[in-house]
Amino acid sequence: MSENTIRGKVAAVGVGESTYYKHSQSPDSEFVLALKAILAAIEDAGLKPHDIDGFASYSNDRNDPSRLAAALGLPDLRFANMHWGGGGGGVAAAVANGAAAIAAGYAECVVVFRALAQGQFRRFGEALPDRVVTGDAAYMSPYGVLSPAQKYAMRATRFMHEYGVRNDALRAIAMASYHHAQTNPRAIRRGHPLDAETYDNSRWIVEPVNRLFDCCQENDGAAAIVLVSAERAKDLPQKPAYLVGATQGSDHRCGAPVMNATNFASSSFTTVAKRLYESTGLTAKDIDVVQSYENFTTGVMMALVEHGFCAPDEINEALTLENLTMPGGNLPLNTSGGNLAECYMHGLGLQVEAIRQIRGTSCNQVPGAKLAMNIAGPMVTPVSSLIMGSEEVL
Amino acid sequence: MSGSENGKYYLPADMPAPAISADGLDAPYWRGLAEEKVMVQRCGACGNWQWGPEWLCHKCQSFDMKWEEVAPTGVIYSWERPWHPVHPALKARGPYTVVMVELPQAGGIRMIGNLLGPDDQPVRIGAEVTGVFEHHDDAEEPYTLLQWRYRDGA
Repeated sequence: MSENTIRGKVAAVGVGESTYYKHSQSPDSEFVLALKAILAAIEDAGLKPHDIDGFASYSNDRNDPSRLAAALGLPDLRFANMHWGGGGGGVAAAVANGAAAIAAGYAECVVVFRALAQGQFRRFGEALPDRVVTGDAAYMSPYGVLSPAQKYAMRATRFMHEYGVRNDALRAIAMASYHHAQTNPRAIRRGHPLDAETYDNSRWIVEPVNRLFDCCQENDGAAAIVLVSAERAKDLPQKPAYLVGATQGSDHRCGAPVMNATNFASSSFTTVAKRLYESTGLTAKDIDVVQSYENFTTGVMMALVEHGFCAPDEINEALTLENLTMPGGNLPLNTSGGNLAECYMHGLGLQVEAIRQIRGTSCNQVPGAKLAMNIAGPMVTPVSSLIMGSEEVL
Repeated sequence: MSGSENGKYYLPADMPAPAISADGLDAPYWRGLAEEKVMVQRCGACGNWQWGPEWLCHKCQSFDMKWEEVAPTGVIYSWERPWHPVHPALKARGPYTVVMVELPQAGGIRMIGNLLGPDDQPVRIGAEVTGVFEHHDDAEEPYTLLQWRYRDGA
């Protein structure tokens, strides 16, 4: 194994969440939600606030690290990192960036966090009230392509056309998240199981790929993860979940204006996933459990393909409810309920779940899970993915 | 239900209106549409077609980008039919159809527009379409949208 790798150098030793709410139902402001999640993660790690010396986040999180450091009384803020890019494409990258800072010696204890109160601010599913639009929006908004669902359905429609994919695969992905949420006490959709008939009868958000249950929720909440070096992790109370590898980016002209990406019918992971496997020496067959960001079930479908879990012409057979769910599924997916049914924590809840799987404490535990993949928000750019592992795989 | 209430525009008149970008990059495109011309970028150095607009050629990095008129025809590359209204102007509209149209005569660049016709018409990927210039002359700042309809009239 090359020396120039993050493998085994950094571990997640603490996780924390605020209470998760349906949008507009949080009694706390977004900043307070951030503080509560961060304090919960620090406590879970067996640390104190003054041990923290860095923050990493993504998607232009509003909760400024300097305000957080002041509020928490941090004596020495050494690292403050914002990963570029909207959407949830930066979830794994934020973890990777925090880990890189620790490996490089810039900081010793970095909190990766995301706080998002769509009730206090803007709901992601509603269009901006702009009257005049310029740039990329000028080519889309006047034609009624305004929301993320509308922007990304075009990719998925083309992908499903090219490979003859049936909507049944999307239904299975949605039902898997809802199935797993039923045993998750944090999940907003716990107590609301989803059956096939309810899915099939749900209204179109964007035909022909996004029914209501294919789309993520809009929520209020916060989540946080504490990262330290592997050496330090050994002295802390939780079983460490080590970073095995992480990659970020996107392929040729993925961000070309007016949806002119070269590889349009894609979740943006073709090069990122390839580098993840090359840099870790692993393959899809080695992964025990997958957390794959659901902005829309279409993105999960394409991301699983691009990470090698099935070929595009195998989707109809491979992505079934039986295969995707615990107990017993051969490709356990989104075992906390994810963005669809736990909370739209902008994907950081899925990252927390990957860590819980390595600890062995998931509410839908994959027995003996040693390698857990987290795939960040598909179809945006840049995207990112990572693999967490237990000590025995290092 | 078909089209907007007055039939003049495919979507309601109070949808967001396009304007030339502040740096002037795409002025030839929007001015071209007003004159019923589809102007797209082509590299003066290597001949590469490019869309959407950018200041330099992505193939050879030349800043010598020209604007060339292309025929307003293409084939449907992908499509969608939004039902859930996300903008106040769409609340009373009902489902509408958006197509991504590929222009083979311009290096396969792709454009977004509405497919004119009944709101429930089948959409066929690969079908040939023709551009329709939808002039919003009564807007505060007049503009023109490029819409599409099936070439065979179906």
